[in-house]
Amino acid sequence: MSDIILQIDGREVAAREGMTVLEAAQKAGISIPTLCYHEKLEPYGACRLCIVEVEERGRTRLVVSCLYPVEKDLVVRTRSEKIDRIRKMILELLMAHAPDSFELQELAQEYGADRDRFEKEPSFCIHCGLCVRYCAEVKKKNAVGFVDRGTRREISFIPEIAAKECGSCGECFPLCPTEALQAAFVLTKAFSFPTPSMKPAAAE
Amino acid sequence: MARINSITELEEVRKSILSSRDSKKPCITICSGSGCHASGSREVALSIEAEIVKQGLSDKVDVKKTGCHGFCERGPIVVIHPEGICYFQVKPGDVPEIVSQTVIEKKVIERLLYTDPNTNEKIVYESEIPFYKNQERLVFGFNSSIDPKSIDDYLAIGGYSALAKVLSQMSPEQVLEEVKRSNLRGRGGGGFPTGRKWGESRNAPGDIKYVIVNADEGDPGAYMDRSLLEGNPHSILEGLTIGAYAVGSHEGYIYVRQEYPLAVENVSIAIKQAEEYGLLGENILGSGFDFTVKVHQGAGAFVCGESSALMTALEGKAGEPRPKYIHTAVKGVWDRPSVLNNVETWANVPLIINKGSDWFTQFGTERSKGTKIFSLVGKITNTGLVEVPMGMSLRDIIYKIGGGIPGGKKFKAVQTGGPSGGCLPEELLDLPVGFDELTQAGSMMGSGGMIVMDEDTCMVDVARYFLEFLTDESCGKCVPCREGIRQMLKILTNITKGKGKEGDIELLEELAEVAREASLCALGRSAPNPFLSTLKYFRDEYEAHVKEKRCPALSCKELIAFYIDPAKCQACGTCARKCPSEAIIGGKNLIHMVDQTKCTKCGTCFEVCPPRFRAVKKISGEPVPDPIPEEARIIVRGGKKNE
Repeated sequence: MSDIILQIDGREVAAREGMTVLEAAQKAGISIPTLCYHEKLEPYGACRLCIVEVEERGRTRLVVSCLYPVEKDLVVRTRSEKIDRIRKMILELLMAHAPDSFELQELAQEYGADRDRFEKEPSFCIHCGLCVRYCAEVKKKNAVGFVDRGTRREISFIPEIAAKECGSCGECFPLCPTEALQAAFVLTKAFSFPTPSMKPAAAE
Repeated sequence: MARINSITELEEVRKSILSSRDSKKPCITICSGSGCHASGSREVALSIEAEIVKQGLSDKVDVKKTGCHGFCERGPIVVIHPEGICYFQVKPGDVPEIVSQTVIEKKVIERLLYTDPNTNEKIVYESEIPFYKNQERLVFGFNSSIDPKSIDDYLAIGGYSALAKVLSQMSPEQVLEEVKRSNLRGRGGGGFPTGRKWGESRNAPGDIKYVIVNADEGDPGAYMDRSLLEGNPHSILEGLTIGAYAVGSHEGYIYVRQEYPLAVENVSIAIKQAEEYGLLGENILGSGFDFTVKVHQGAGAFVCGESSALMTALEGKAGEPRPKYIHTAVKGVWDRPSVLNNVETWANVPLIINKGSDWFTQFGTERSKGTKIFSLVGKITNTGLVEVPMGMSLRDIIYKIGGGIPGGKKFKAVQTGGPSGGCLPEELLDLPVGFDELTQAGSMMGSGGMIVMDEDTCMVDVARYFLEFLTDESCGKCVPCREGIRQMLKILTNITKGKGKEGDIELLEELAEVAREASLCALGRSAPNPFLSTLKYFRDEYEAHVKEKRCPALSCKELIAFYIDPAKCQACGTCARKCPSEAIIGGKNLIHMVDQTKCTKCGTCFEVCPPRFRAVKKISGEPVPDPIPEEARIIVRGGKKNE
């Protein structure tokens, strides 16, 4: 398939049809920050951190690069005053929940985000959905999912599945940008649903 | 009923229905829409049916339970045909008189008529009542003359003739062209040109395409789609079938909230009837065109009114919007081209086909054609559903049709477009209603909610209310919406509680910008509108709350106090008796006082203080005057002493 030439931050970049702007940028070594993106997973578009400006037919608009498909002659800017302002705010909003996440702290430094701007509500989870989607799309187990909606949204292990599958897997733990996942799982397991394999151990 | 196999047969059926009906035969119609149902129309209908039997009139008088007439404020509504005598707020006890006096004797019962509040004149006919007279009820008007559970009633008013015309005389391209020429724009919120949407789907690759009715109406106070689906379901089915023909679709869905049981029931009956008549299913009217419709009940998430979230829900998944830069018209349900239009949009289609796009474009403004149904609610005299030509001013809708603000209060703002819309102030009352006009003013057409607010409404609290609604209803997927509006709600709540800080307004503006620019779907992108529009037009109220800890509308509980004016209190004791928290320091012939430490600010004392005294005052932003000394509380009554 022929290459599509687009412009990212003033550089000509070649990409294949069907690629996203984020993929094209990564291939060219241009870094765009992400939190909910993973190369093995379907684009999710939830953290909005990878937002960029695209110019088409003279019109500039904001799009998220993990979803926006490359087009011929597309002009992309990955940094601007507005983009930085949005990224800063997103990081500040997330740090109300996970102020100690290394990944967020690093990004906060880059964008001048104030970790204490909003009142802390430490739930640790930033709802990037990496664990949920990895379990569903890669492992096809659906042992962890989202429950409820809006500001009450949480991730939750489905005990019946998690008790069977998670002990031997744990592949989602290192994906978690706030490292809250392992703790959450261990807690769930400990409190509610001892697995059959745990029973003899408990009886010892 | 036998299946109708051709257009000729359809016309024969129509003729036989019409010839079996005598237009001079008395008919009592009872509005059985949700509004009238809530005010007791079912009991009235049962009484009417019983009375007809009792008076031995079963063969001589027809009884018809129709859909919503719109004037919900005055329900239950009963209309007696053929004269068209209109009775309001009818109770079962009125029924014997209605039957014997009006139906038999042809006498009008004065007390049940509408009284014009300005002239005190009694009005007999619907068409002369200002509420109806100033409307243009192209889409909604049929509601009052048909039984929504009867396909014959719909056929009697010319139903399915547009479908017959399309199938016999028009190619799909011609249908598309006609809808494009009508400039019909989506009635659900965005105002996207319907013809263009259809065209995108028609041209999109794929053999399987879907057409969908969006009946997931969820704006607080809005019920126009509900009433249309309840009152005239066949008009929506006919529009949908025509759309399917134009797009090349053979499967349709009606996505309706399960909280609308009557709408679900009526549209399900309508589908069954249309299938029996051969107006849905295979080889419709012998044309070779196949089309089936299924009802899908939504589970109550507001965000599912958003097109991609609705389609995700239709696929059986959690209703979350899809983050795609490709129209659902091209890739929608199961990634297939899917045309989603609102209930009212579909209901306009048969009219456009029957009467032509030239007729349709006579109504409305340059860029907004046709009519729009609004749900006029809040602090308004005539609560109800109104259909007006696009371009009518807000003032005419609120005052000419709505009858203005009740209780002698002053108008403050009108909220249009639901939670994604905005509040418009008095100086914009002459704004013509149209998609672009409302958007430019910082609000939006939305699906047609119109909430009127009077001087007692605090605009900061209105913004807080809508943000609270959206915090609950956001799907929670993307950060700017979930976290942004969570913080906005916190700040707004603090402001209404008198805990606002310097810089709060600016922080709200920053959060609003991020939600507007970076959210995934239209819910998040428009969520800041209630805040932004109230800030734009009522900034002084925000500043009063933050800087002076004062609520100018005297509405925010934490910022007001109730105080009894010693010069006016006559120690009647009413407030002391009614106060639920024993916060009134009373006593015989003693000036009453409010114990501020016990007062819960419920406002009872304010409401019960006799109007001739008006001693209870609401104050805000100023200290409550000190209690008066005990000896000064004694009321010396000149008149009584002389006795």
